[in-house]
Amino acid sequence: MAILKRLAETGRPALTFTFDGQTCSALAGDTVLTAVLTQADRLRVSEFGGGPRAGFCMMGACQDCWVQLEDGGRVRACSTYIEPGMRLQSVALAPTMAPGTLSATAWPEDDAT
Amino acid sequence: MSMLMPVIVGAGPAGIRAAQALAAQGLRPVILDEGLRPGGQIYRQPPPGFSRPKSALYGFEHRKADAVHRTMEGLLSKVEYRPGCLVWNAEGKTLDVLRDGVSTSVPYTHLILATGATDRVLPFPGWLTPGVYTLGGSQVALKHQGCAIGERVAFMGTGPLLYLVAYQYAKAGAKVAAVLDTSRFGDRAAALPGMLRAPGLLAKGLYYMAWLRAHGVPLRSGVRPVAVQGKERVTGLAYRLGDRTHSVDCDAVGFGLALRSETQLASLVGCEFEFNERDRNWTPRRDAAGRSSVPGVYVAGDGAAIGGADAAELAGERAALALLEDAGHPHDARRARALEAGLAANGRVRDALERAFPFPRDWAAGIADDTVVCRCEEVTAGTIRQAAHTTAAHEMNRLKALTRVGMGRCQGRMCGVAAAEVLAHAVGCSPELVGRLRNQPPVKPVPVSVVCLERPKQKAA
Repeated sequence: MAILKRLAETGRPALTFTFDGQTCSALAGDTVLTAVLTQADRLRVSEFGGGPRAGFCMMGACQDCWVQLEDGGRVRACSTYIEPGMRLQSVALAPTMAPGTLSATAWPEDDAT
Repeated sequence: MSMLMPVIVGAGPAGIRAAQALAAQGLRPVILDEGLRPGGQIYRQPPPGFSRPKSALYGFEHRKADAVHRTMEGLLSKVEYRPGCLVWNAEGKTLDVLRDGVSTSVPYTHLILATGATDRVLPFPGWLTPGVYTLGGSQVALKHQGCAIGERVAFMGTGPLLYLVAYQYAKAGAKVAAVLDTSRFGDRAAALPGMLRAPGLLAKGLYYMAWLRAHGVPLRSGVRPVAVQGKERVTGLAYRLGDRTHSVDCDAVGFGLALRSETQLASLVGCEFEFNERDRNWTPRRDAAGRSSVPGVYVAGDGAAIGGADAAELAGERAALALLEDAGHPHDARRARALEAGLAANGRVRDALERAFPFPRDWAAGIADDTVVCRCEEVTAGTIRQAAHTTAAHEMNRLKALTRVGMGRCQGRMCGVAAAEVLAHAVGCSPELVGRLRNQPPVKPVPVSVVCLERPKQKAA
């Protein structure tokens, strides 16, 4: 169920992306936030309380709308435009799955003791 | 004089007018804009390919918006406009700027901070529920994306933006379920004499209210929120009016209590701050021209103190004239005096607006212990009160260290006001006495690989 409702500017070219594995359709010029929330009711779940989140300030200040990319990156949904073929998911990757994080690296000291 | 390297942060009305004044004297400022197109938040432009006319986007303000946009278009060959640039650190007359994932150092001799504002919010039960957005955010969704935040939207809070956004939503075809003002009718009546100084502004406000009423939108005054209904998404909003509780059927809530200045960069460059009674917030100390306490650093627009878009245009130009004067360039002293007079007049209107739409000072005391204050790390009001009562955390930075409130991704932008209000109430003092959250780089999240990069320039200094 969508959160956002389109009222205008619906004549733009369509493009496709995936959210939680589902193929979705958006319009060129949509932010990631608009693209997701015109068809889903959350962008992510809170890493603290586990509740659903769908952004808040829409102007890059509150940092509530971070969305996980399947490749390990993250984008701020309100200030990133959707791109064709973007693969998004509402659940954060486990730290070990995110390239470049410390926990994704084997630490020899871990095995030494 | 060729050594001058002026940098402007922000391309809203203040930043653009500052750039115009500097370019008029042959300077070539660098403008760092976090947005992708100039205009700031108030005159934010939709992405390329959108088709609504400016009259639909900005209503009564469309001529002002258009003038600001056109000014910037005319400046593009005379200034260095860099959109999509996040200034995430400021240190030693150098800014660290992230653009497309790459951070570079931007040195300056003079810096104009025109960093704008965001909605001032206080928590209430259910404010984390998907479908609850700020008033400014509700407006951005419509203006920038052509979307409403829901099918049936309730707007709550106070300030001119409350009625403007409700009107814009209804005009655009959204169903506005209710407009719930925390200020009382008597507040607005008492502010009337002061508001007569700004008849245009007053007329617009009265027009929005009358239009909404005529179109069957319930308008309520003296409201306090009880709770957002619905667990995983909004199904209604319960509110208190007098000693009765009411409920409005809606699937989205837009709310905000006027604005708060974005002052992180002013803090990082070492500006002194003072408690601004009207804004009920700490803002950079500045003279009438916008000079901060740091030589060569100027603050203008809502990022200096809340004044609105018209005042921002004046303040941006005034700060640029101060910069020119300080750098030994010709500057128009008469123009400077006229701008200051305009800003002073605007200040008197701001006083009246604050009287009409006062900050609800009782709200924080009523926030239940289990209500989350910090959205980022889900710190509750109870945790703050407990820290205040069981430790000596009577100051914001100590409170932050003990509870993590203000330490999350938003760096206190969304929770800072509430945390100060809750702490001040718990301690039994004014918000001024609990102090100001110090700011740390990065002012917004950046990849850790960016922060780890060395800054060779810095080493030599």
